[in-house]
Amino acid sequence: MEQRWGLPVVAWPARLRPNFWDLVALPLVIGLVALIAWAGKEMNVPFKPGEQIAISLDPWKLPEYGLRTVMRMGIALAVSLVFSLGYAAIAAKSRRAEKLLIPILDILQSVPILGFLSITVTGFIALFPGSLLGYECASIFAIFTSQAWNMTFSLYQSFRAVPQDLREAARMYHLSPWSSFWRLEVPYAIPQLVWNMMMSMSGGWFFVVASEAITVANQNTMLPGIGSYIALASAEGNLAAVGYAILAMLAFILIYDQLLFRPLLAWSQRFKVEAVTEGEGERAWFLTMMQRAGIFHFVALVGDRLADFWSRATTAKAFQERAERPPSPWTAWIDTAWVVFLVLLALYALWEVTSFVRSEIVLAEVGRVFLYTVATFLRVSVLIALASAIWVPIGVWIGLRPAVAHRAQPIVQFAAAFPANLFFPPVVYLIKTFSLNPEIWLSVLMILGAQWYILFNVIAGTLALPTDYQYAASNFGVRRWLWWRRLILPAIFPAYVTGAITASGGAWNASIVSEVAQFGPDKFEATGIGAYIARYTADGDFPRIVLGVTMLSLFVLAFNRLFWRRLYAVAEERLRLD
Amino acid sequence: MPSPKSGFAWTERTVMADQPLLNAKDVSKTYRTGDTAGRLVLDHVDFALKEGEIAAILGKSGCGKSTFLRILAGLTLPTGGGVTYRGMPVIGPAQGVAMVFQTFALFPWLTVFGNVELGLEAQGVDREERRKRALAAIDLIGLDGYESAYPKELSGGMRQRVGFARALVVNPDVLLLDEPFSALDVLTAETLRGDLSELWSAKRVPTKGIVFVSHNIDEAVEMSDRVIVFDSDPGRIKAEIQVPLPRPRDPGSPAFRQIVDEAYIQITTHPSRQAGKAGGTAAPQIGIAYRLPPASIQQLMALLDSLSSEPYNGRADLPKLAESEHLSSDELFPLIETLQVLGFAQVGGGDIEATAPGRAIAEADILKRKQIFGEHLMRNVPLVAHIRRVLDERPGHSAPSARFLSELEDHLSEEDAQEVFDTVINWARYAELFAYDYDRAVLSLENP
Repeated sequence: MEQRWGLPVVAWPARLRPNFWDLVALPLVIGLVALIAWAGKEMNVPFKPGEQIAISLDPWKLPEYGLRTVMRMGIALAVSLVFSLGYAAIAAKSRRAEKLLIPILDILQSVPILGFLSITVTGFIALFPGSLLGYECASIFAIFTSQAWNMTFSLYQSFRAVPQDLREAARMYHLSPWSSFWRLEVPYAIPQLVWNMMMSMSGGWFFVVASEAITVANQNTMLPGIGSYIALASAEGNLAAVGYAILAMLAFILIYDQLLFRPLLAWSQRFKVEAVTEGEGERAWFLTMMQRAGIFHFVALVGDRLADFWSRATTAKAFQERAERPPSPWTAWIDTAWVVFLVLLALYALWEVTSFVRSEIVLAEVGRVFLYTVATFLRVSVLIALASAIWVPIGVWIGLRPAVAHRAQPIVQFAAAFPANLFFPPVVYLIKTFSLNPEIWLSVLMILGAQWYILFNVIAGTLALPTDYQYAASNFGVRRWLWWRRLILPAIFPAYVTGAITASGGAWNASIVSEVAQFGPDKFEATGIGAYIARYTADGDFPRIVLGVTMLSLFVLAFNRLFWRRLYAVAEERLRLD
Repeated sequence: MPSPKSGFAWTERTVMADQPLLNAKDVSKTYRTGDTAGRLVLDHVDFALKEGEIAAILGKSGCGKSTFLRILAGLTLPTGGGVTYRGMPVIGPAQGVAMVFQTFALFPWLTVFGNVELGLEAQGVDREERRKRALAAIDLIGLDGYESAYPKELSGGMRQRVGFARALVVNPDVLLLDEPFSALDVLTAETLRGDLSELWSAKRVPTKGIVFVSHNIDEAVEMSDRVIVFDSDPGRIKAEIQVPLPRPRDPGSPAFRQIVDEAYIQITTHPSRQAGKAGGTAAPQIGIAYRLPPASIQQLMALLDSLSSEPYNGRADLPKLAESEHLSSDELFPLIETLQVLGFAQVGGGDIEATAPGRAIAEADILKRKQIFGEHLMRNVPLVAHIRRVLDERPGHSAPSARFLSELEDHLSEEDAQEVFDTVINWARYAELFAYDYDRAVLSLENP
């Protein structure tokens, strides 16, 4: 019987003997352990607020900085995973908790990353006085906020979508809620989750500069990492250093991809309920190594035995599964009371926020902030339209050529991870040289990271179009504009909408890092909510940060609810291919 | 198939002789629909499974038989009455009761071995024992060699074998089968049925009783000792037919055919609807929210054509008609019900007879067919008449579909209401009684 990684294995001692793959595996494992130990030590060095950590632009420091950044991202990803498992499980299981948790998640998703950072950082620093650890935690938290929400949403949706017959089978064979969570619900969610983890990682890289610059009480602290390196290189106008940073980032994203996401993606294939279609069979050398090397088999065996012990310990107390009860007459009353409570809570929170903001800000400023948000809104809308006009044809072109599409996918993914700050130098240079209007040309920065989601989804949508349709279209002589209007555009519409929603969210979020651009002595600013939040974050002006972040979140929420969700519903209902 | 040396460790249980394994008393189930009283899917069902018995529950789709099986399984609780298993009330899935699902319900991320082992793992059986028993069950059901395969690598028949192995490995007293063969092709289903019958009659499984839900008459008669015919809307027991034939059974034998005939008669008799209609010349009266069967016009017309021509000349034995038209009983029933409702045919004593309009429509050309069909729709389907009347009365001769859907939802679940509505739209479009704009969800009298 063949053994597979991560599953209950039947003891098979021959498998545990060292083999060739162990030669590769052993140094990697030891290296990883050493890295964790080193990073742990570095994160916990003594540090007082107001001190400065010297960041060097020496390219040989980049591996070290990169490792620090990668460690933070790894920790943030792990925390995101734990958080999203718990949050999504509660939201999916409790109807009442769901009413509170899902709207909160919706709002959290629309709050820009910098908003979280500036509001929470003091708390983290107070937690570990006299140590750098507080700053590190704040940075990890900022990365976490750029990763966790979409993972949580994906898990929540997967948990809700577990097929009824599998649920019934789990209950029929007396799986306890605990083991059915791990044996049924989590495995079912894994393919979507892995995909979202990759997207999250891209998000983390995109904000790498923002997450490593911690501002407390007008003191700007740069944590050692690639983000700080980029920030310093931009501030000093050092083009060579920017180039090194790009190379280093490329290398680290590649390593992450090879060591973590390729294996995860290949491994997650087995959790797909439907049969794997051709071309999806992911190969990953790292996974092969893990499946072959004796050392990992030993780890798997130990893990499996522990899980076995745990599951027997938990099932031993004669678990009695109950049937679903019909709702009692009280349920309706408790539901109503719960909703009333939530509404009151929301009103109270609103009142608190208002009075906090009103303590310093006059109504006229609220009006001005509203106008700033409208300006950013216009930018986002125009940019999404422009990006669509450019990338839809290109995406269709690529999608019609599967060989090209296969190669384009990792490139697009890398492009999405590229931090906006890396584009500051060329953009600032162009604006300065040609005396361009920053109000218009800075906007380009906003869409740089987000546009790829449109391209990505259009490619996927075109790939999914059955070739029969194309044959039929060419058979009937459907060509040019008619071909676009009657075949391709309706066919890719659902995929396009999904991409555009993500892109629009990304653009809103990016407004904070893209409405102010600096390279060397040149600094340009556009009018908008992003510049507003960025400015007051640098000043540490809390009432204004709260006002800005709230306004931005409200806009994003309204935009999503009133426009994107409806469009998505139409796409789902009308234009699905099955 | 299985080797006799399989190391299955069956545990014998001592039971009181005349106590039923499962006993359902006065079971009712109401589903809430919207804010109204709710829809009754099971109406005072009494049922007892004796030891050593296979009972088949037969009925049209949507008659509540699956819900009833889930109540027996403890997956859902009844809203009235109760179920006992060996005298103990069933308040959740009981140890000793296992279920096989129509859709197999295998965990795709576990191997065949992992799937079979799962139930034992949940019971806290230790590793060695688990391995031994799982391998024995895999062996018994004829899956040896496939232990390390994943379900998606297997064919439907093999998957369902895993479903059976998973159920049998926990040594169940009672096996509940929810249309276990209906997702399989005919030949595969036959083989699997044969293997299961063999295991059962050779007493190679410790199972003491099987409840088996089906909508296929032949299958039910072949497998069971007793066929329980369910009536729909609300689901209740309409008839019980004993099957005293020895196993293995020959579906071609006269005794077998006679029982099948009887089942056809029982399932097509509508005591509630035909009451007070001696002779049954007119179409049965149905209410506005009657659950119209989703019959396709093409199939209806093809069936009427065959019925009116040689060798039937307007009158046919239902099992024979099913066979000659290559329709299984569950495909045939919605068509027959529709013909009855529309007044194109009458059913009695296991026979179907075309009425005068039925013969007329079979002989007519396409335009005439549409006309006759439309007339009968207006006359016999109150929902169609109602929609048409509303459209006629309205100034713009159009109305949103939501208006009629919400009326239906007063009586039916949301899904059923949608299904009935879709069926009506489909029929009315054929008869050109009214048009439906999908994009705007509006019904109207104008045709584009």
